[in-house]
Amino acid sequence: MAYILAGETGDWEVVVGLEVHAQVMSNAKLFSGSPTAFGAEPNTQVSLVDAAMPGMLPVINAVCVEQAVRTGLGLQAQINLHSVFERKNYFYADLPQGYQISQYLHPVVGEGTVILDMPDGEAREIGIERLHMEQDAGKSMHDQDPKRSFIDLNRAGVCLMEIVSKPDLRSPEEAGIYVRKIRSILRYLGTCDGNMEQGSMRADVNVSVRHPGETEYRTRAEIKNVNSVRFIMQAIEVEAARQVEVWEDGGEVVQETRLFDANRGETRSMRVKEFAHDYRYFPDPDLLPLDLDQSFVDEVAKALPELPDAKKDRFVADNGLSAYDAGVLVADRETAEYFEAVATGRDAKQAVNWLTTNLFGALNAASLGISESPIRAEHLGELLDLLADGTISSRIAKDVFEEMFATSKGAEEIVEAKGLKQITDTGAIEAAVDEAIAANPDQADEVRAGNGKAIGWFVGQVMKTTGGKANPQAVNQMLRDKLGG
Amino acid sequence: MSLDREDVRKIAFLARIKIDEAELEPLAGELNGIIGWVEQLSEVDTEGVKPMTSVAEMIAPQRVDEITDGNVAEKVLSNAPDRAKDFFAVPKVVE
Amino acid sequence: MGKLNDLTITQARDGLAAGDFSAVELTDDCITAMEAARDLNIFITETPDIARDRAAQSDARRAKGEVVGAMDGVPIAMKDLFCTDGTLTTAASHILDGFTPPYESTVSQNLRDAGAVMLGKTNLDEFAMGSANMTSYYGPVKNPWVGANGEDLVPGGSSGGSVSAVAAHVCPGATGTDTGGSIRQPASLCGVVGLKPTYGRCSRWGIVAFASSLDQAGPFARTVLDSAIMLGAMAGHDPKDSTSAPVAVPDFEAAITGDIKGLKVGIPKEYTLDGMPSEIQDLWDRGAAWLTEQGAEIKPVSLPHTKYALPAYYIVAPAEASSNLARYDGVRYGLRVDGDSLDEMYENTRGEGFGAEVRRRVMIGAYVLSAGYYDAYYVKAQQVRTIILDEFNQVFQDVDVLLTPTAPNAAFPIGAKMDDPVAMYLNDVFTVPANMAGLPAISVPSGLDSDGLPLGLQIVAKPFDEETMFRAADVLERAAEFSALPKYLGGQ
Repeated sequence: MAYILAGETGDWEVVVGLEVHAQVMSNAKLFSGSPTAFGAEPNTQVSLVDAAMPGMLPVINAVCVEQAVRTGLGLQAQINLHSVFERKNYFYADLPQGYQISQYLHPVVGEGTVILDMPDGEAREIGIERLHMEQDAGKSMHDQDPKRSFIDLNRAGVCLMEIVSKPDLRSPEEAGIYVRKIRSILRYLGTCDGNMEQGSMRADVNVSVRHPGETEYRTRAEIKNVNSVRFIMQAIEVEAARQVEVWEDGGEVVQETRLFDANRGETRSMRVKEFAHDYRYFPDPDLLPLDLDQSFVDEVAKALPELPDAKKDRFVADNGLSAYDAGVLVADRETAEYFEAVATGRDAKQAVNWLTTNLFGALNAASLGISESPIRAEHLGELLDLLADGTISSRIAKDVFEEMFATSKGAEEIVEAKGLKQITDTGAIEAAVDEAIAANPDQADEVRAGNGKAIGWFVGQVMKTTGGKANPQAVNQMLRDKLGG
Repeated sequence: MSLDREDVRKIAFLARIKIDEAELEPLAGELNGIIGWVEQLSEVDTEGVKPMTSVAEMIAPQRVDEITDGNVAEKVLSNAPDRAKDFFAVPKVVE
Repeated sequence: MGKLNDLTITQARDGLAAGDFSAVELTDDCITAMEAARDLNIFITETPDIARDRAAQSDARRAKGEVVGAMDGVPIAMKDLFCTDGTLTTAASHILDGFTPPYESTVSQNLRDAGAVMLGKTNLDEFAMGSANMTSYYGPVKNPWVGANGEDLVPGGSSGGSVSAVAAHVCPGATGTDTGGSIRQPASLCGVVGLKPTYGRCSRWGIVAFASSLDQAGPFARTVLDSAIMLGAMAGHDPKDSTSAPVAVPDFEAAITGDIKGLKVGIPKEYTLDGMPSEIQDLWDRGAAWLTEQGAEIKPVSLPHTKYALPAYYIVAPAEASSNLARYDGVRYGLRVDGDSLDEMYENTRGEGFGAEVRRRVMIGAYVLSAGYYDAYYVKAQQVRTIILDEFNQVFQDVDVLLTPTAPNAAFPIGAKMDDPVAMYLNDVFTVPANMAGLPAISVPSGLDSDGLPLGLQIVAKPFDEETMFRAADVLERAAEFSALPKYLGGQ
């Protein structure tokens, strides 16, 4: 299962660390009162503070602090009651202040752990190094004008959480699972919406390679701003391959920043002057250190929602689900909540099947997410109840399900309206069976002669004449009684 | 800790300030004069002393998470040396 | 009574209240004085229309019985470091060419709300970096006092325009900022009152930032009482400034009781410098005697690390400045000098836009924060700062205020001390410690040197104890009876 690249001089393993930048869900920005919503007209979500006008000053947003603490707790990490905002000084067009307010020596969150559910059932522990808060930068557009780049500062100053993993990942696949897990945890916590397409979550990927067994890490390269799980995995693949080639050719991998070019499927160097990375960090003199009370942290901890790992364990323990099924359900908070609404007080395995086979299938085909499901959880629950108490047969249930999906109506409503209740009245079934036997004497002889398959055919006929509502088991039994065989 | 012209060149780049070749040496001299003078701080015993974080003895004030600002694009763009519609324009950056 | 611009704030307030003249009449005289003083190069931008408009509004308020306070109708000059809505704001720098803020600084807004009338934006050292107002893109300011041989003198810096406005009787009050002494030192060199309040007393929002942990706004005026009135109108908590202290503004005027019986005044021995002119030491001794005569108790104290305050300041302030000035990049406001690439545009803009002193300090700042030097310089300087603060705290357990000279010399000729940056820095040796410790301090004109040039004495008080500072300073002022006038006003 190890991800190994076979080179001429031997095998190589890849060492990956990820720095995930997650935009905090808050109404206003980290140090100013402008809105954070995505997609607004350029420079309309910018205050004088965001635009770094002369004399402007930062004031911290309490909710951003809370969200960072909440996330730290969700990552089972140490919360640092004392943290400091420092300025990271560099020049770029999307950085109006000429520095980014970030945290350097004293981040708000320290070491933690994330558990990955590997496809083979194994649980891998990935270490979190730290989490800190920082300002996001604005956006530059380089394709609007032949000689100029255009700057939109709407995003400048939005609160980011930078989640730094330890270099514990060992394959592109692991990295993908890690990012999905982080995303899931953040969405569960309500601290980041994890929308990578819109840029609310992106990653810097640190990649190095070495021979298996080597204890030291070799030089790594950093691939910046990768904004999809697929690209993250691809970038690791191509970068690892590139680095192996460098080493095998007798060269040395250079510590540098690279960009992933999705079109070409390769990474390329950003070629920045070496001493340009001197960020000259120092504590921001416009701000005081962030000192939190333990009681505040405890309050946040008390109010945490149940997180994916705990929920998964509970589904396995209480509902007897397989770890795999439970894992699928908890990956997304809305799905887990949907499942619980359906499964509570009912057969959990039934609920899982209807969810994963029928509902997911229908949603995928219609390109809808669970939160846009035309079938509400209560209604799906209704359907299962009608099945369980024999009101409808499983065949009918499938039809009802399709109708529910198309109309968003409830199961009972549809069954009533269409008169789809299963016929269990033996008299009615007998009448239908007799009718079928009388109408098909040759086939009846077949059954009497011992042809078992013909029974199935008769059941089908009876189901047809009863509009699918007869209880198939009862029909089958009655046919056997009447025709033998 | 004496600066030479190359050091000055690097610092000038970090600070994004253009310095003519002819000025590098004299500027190095001036900076060395200042640095040489502040070096006297090394005489002070600072063992175990915490660096000052703020003279203000107060707790960091925190803002309520409300939208109280923004929607002032005209104000924000009003002083722009090169404005392109509702964007700031700069010489093209090649990444 | 002379021209109305000769009046102090207190006299103006009383005269307006008594109906002796209107705010418009008062403002007109100040505008005339402003125009007559153009040779001193006090103003970067004159705003007579705004002034007349605000004066008229003041008179209208007064007619309705709705006077807003002691500053209502009083003309003041505004250091061109305060962003003023709709009015050019330059920080005396080429790099802010054309910058018209669409917002008003909190302090200038407070003064506006108090009814003060803005005459214009005054000249200063570029980005407040200087002690002689020699680094302004708009040229030097002349001290209304002239040298023994008629030479033009510096007014001190960085608030050279504001101090000269008050010293030359253009108007009774002016705003300044003080980061290393930029209000107190000019006040001493020009024979007026100038003060820096406790760090956090005035909001920094909307003031072009130089060194965030040191900058404070403060008033210039001709009397201690005036300065107390003006500070009262400037100060106050501002939620937009995270370093603004959430404390109420006391009635500073009421604190001036005239009674300092039992006041313990510390005389720090380390403020006696080698080679200090004896007349400054003499003045200092006289000041101590004046206070004793009024019932104060003089105590020798020691602030052992005093001499390290200045070099530590010249690490911390440039470091913060190097970062605060990074936003001047030609993208969103001010000067832009084009380049073939973004970096070239930055380098050209900042190379042309910044003057020599600013460039020096930004580079020193970048250097002391850079990898390999951060611990040895910046951290070290902040540690020294802690020591200095601790020493003040210790001493203030035994005394209520400190008495020191304000500056190590009187005003010097324009152009002097420009060869060696450090020589210029030494002007701030007595003022810088109060900035490093965040303490309130005031300079009171107390005597003349042998050339007939003003010398000031400084009172330093405990944090947020401006009241005691004013009380002591007022007694000093009355004992000193400083009444000399500069050559510009027919004196000397």
